[in-house]
Amino acid sequence: MTHWLWPAFGVLVVLAVACLLPFMLSSYRVFQVTLAYVYAIALFGLNLLTGYNGQISLGHGAFYALGAYTTAIMMDQWGIAYGWTIPVAGLGCLGLGVLFGIPALRLEGLYLALATFSLALAVPQLLKHFETWTGGVQGIVLAEPQVPFGLSLTKDQWLYFLTLGILVVSFVAGWNLLRGRIGRAIIAIRDHPIAAETMGIHLAFYKTLTFGVSALYTGIAGALSAIVVQFVAPDSFNVFLSISLLVGIVVGGLASISGAIFGALFIQFVPTYAQDISKAAPWAIYGMFLIGFMYIMPTGIAGFLWTVWRRLRRERRKL
Amino acid sequence: MRPNRRTLGMIAVLAGYGLAIGMAYGAGKYGPGASDTEIKIGHTNPYSGPASSYGTIGRAIEGYFKKINAEGGINGRKITFITYDDGYSPPKTVEQVRRLVEQDQVLLLFNTLGTPTNTAIWKYVNDRHVPHLLVATGATKWGDPQGHPWTMGWQPNYQSEGQVYAKYILQHLPQAKIAILYQNDDYGKDYLKGFKDGLGGQAKTRIIAEQSYEVTDPTVESQIINLKNSGADVFFNITIPKFAAQAIRKAADIGWQPTHLLNSVSASVEAVLKPAGFAASKGVITAFSLKDPDDPQWQNDPAVKEWRAWMAQYYAEGNVHDLFNVYGYSAAQTLVHVLKKCDDDLTRENVMRQAANIQDLELSMLLPGIKINTSPTDFYPIEQMQLARFDGEKWVLFGEIIEAAVR
Repeated sequence: MTHWLWPAFGVLVVLAVACLLPFMLSSYRVFQVTLAYVYAIALFGLNLLTGYNGQISLGHGAFYALGAYTTAIMMDQWGIAYGWTIPVAGLGCLGLGVLFGIPALRLEGLYLALATFSLALAVPQLLKHFETWTGGVQGIVLAEPQVPFGLSLTKDQWLYFLTLGILVVSFVAGWNLLRGRIGRAIIAIRDHPIAAETMGIHLAFYKTLTFGVSALYTGIAGALSAIVVQFVAPDSFNVFLSISLLVGIVVGGLASISGAIFGALFIQFVPTYAQDISKAAPWAIYGMFLIGFMYIMPTGIAGFLWTVWRRLRRERRKL
Repeated sequence: MRPNRRTLGMIAVLAGYGLAIGMAYGAGKYGPGASDTEIKIGHTNPYSGPASSYGTIGRAIEGYFKKINAEGGINGRKITFITYDDGYSPPKTVEQVRRLVEQDQVLLLFNTLGTPTNTAIWKYVNDRHVPHLLVATGATKWGDPQGHPWTMGWQPNYQSEGQVYAKYILQHLPQAKIAILYQNDDYGKDYLKGFKDGLGGQAKTRIIAEQSYEVTDPTVESQIINLKNSGADVFFNITIPKFAAQAIRKAADIGWQPTHLLNSVSASVEAVLKPAGFAASKGVITAFSLKDPDDPQWQNDPAVKEWRAWMAQYYAEGNVHDLFNVYGYSAAQTLVHVLKKCDDDLTRENVMRQAANIQDLELSMLLPGIKINTSPTDFYPIEQMQLARFDGEKWVLFGEIIEAAVR
């Protein structure tokens, strides 16, 4: 019965550290880590679709944008408190994800990647088009989120805990989904769709469902990003965002829950560090990091750590 | 090396000592990022991404500050210029600006580039009381001393420029029948508002046709045909480079030859007039505020020679045909003027006070006669321009300096 004790202990330690972090870091660093958590939620959503279910999406920036704009428009036009906008953004993206998932059934692999890429291309332009709602190119400046319940936290600390809370809840929910019957079906479809179908798994249902849930996660992340940054504009959600998300799940580790966090830390911090190393060619440095990571850790950071962990245990058993 | 918490702590202690010593000798008053030896200035620019052609502005500013430092700095203090890439992405700008303000502790933010990017940090810098000076965007909203007393623009804003053309029409083409093509967003509407304000009571009778386009449209050809059919003899063209070139070409193709006023956003010979065709572009009018180093009339101008020498020494990899390098140079000159005026009082409040108190400042690369003026109620530094006509090869300045103040 001890096989789950170590991982559970590990998770608790990580959570404890995460709770202490905002009291040890400067508020700028807290803000950065909060953004990394936001990315982690989006990456988990994309990983569900691409890592677990095998459907490649280059368009998750679009769902991220829709989540962000749902929150922004609700707060800006109707003055709704930001807390309520998060579930609405998530459910809205769930619906759209399912709707987009239906035609996506006919497409596979690279064709699906291209179809979703079109979403990433189209959304920023559409946002500019519906100017009365979206504020056009200028975007929407959001009201500053207030710390509720009279908590003695700074705004940055509160947003950190809010994001961390949502991250934990959504990761636990996702973990639950994946370890059961539905999770097995999702993975079976990725590994061998024909075999999965023969075993009675309804391909269309599960694929659309995965698409929807994936969009749900990404939409929630988008909503949080709008609240944390307090501003949305079409330029915030360009094609590069979608590509960054894909980079995040591959570097973090496909089909891995912790991989979402590693990937988020990568896409949040590595571009900034690359800039510190070289002002002249930061993206060349970033590219070198990317190649380095892929070469040393072909299964992503999570996969790499898992291999190291197993090897260590085997060594210990030998002794 | 990146400073960790310990070194930051040590720096804070040292800064504390520095402050104590400074106070003991009564040398100067300092806000964050300023000392007896240093002034820290923060900047963001899209060095990467779709808007990276603006990146050269940041490099030019850096080169100008290098020159100032080599010549002894500002009142003996060296400038530390910290510039980060935001890729024209507003969330990234927020992150980088917070880094500049909270971690690097800059005295002020200078010439941060882009309209959406500056909008994203607008509230933050004003809440924090950080000078947000001479921002690099033409939107009119940056001159709002009441609502946003820590933010100030620099270049002539779109409304001012719209007024410049209106004044020209009122003076020289009193019988004009005007057609307008504009981009249907805040940029286009900003120009349109300035233009109509400039025409005043005449706007209703003089403007006989208005057409708009979306930035996502493939062409503006049908709009040009409609405008021609309206019978207008003056055409105000408020378009970004791609559509400006289309409009110029289409008008020539269908034989429409109005007095063609082109917004300065698209005044680039390389990006607009060349693709539209030099023959078709002949006679087009636009407005300038800076000297174009390629303009033969400045060939022997000492200021342009000085600028070329500076380019060669401090920004040799830069393109000497790129007007953005004149832009960065001149904006940096303006800031240096403000900081010199601050004397030994380098607090954020005093920086804003001096920035809002520029009187008749002339810069070497501004067109002769253009003067920079600000006041506590006027946060629009440059509000004068001169018109230029394309002669088939190059822009030729003509007429007086036209003043157009937005109030």
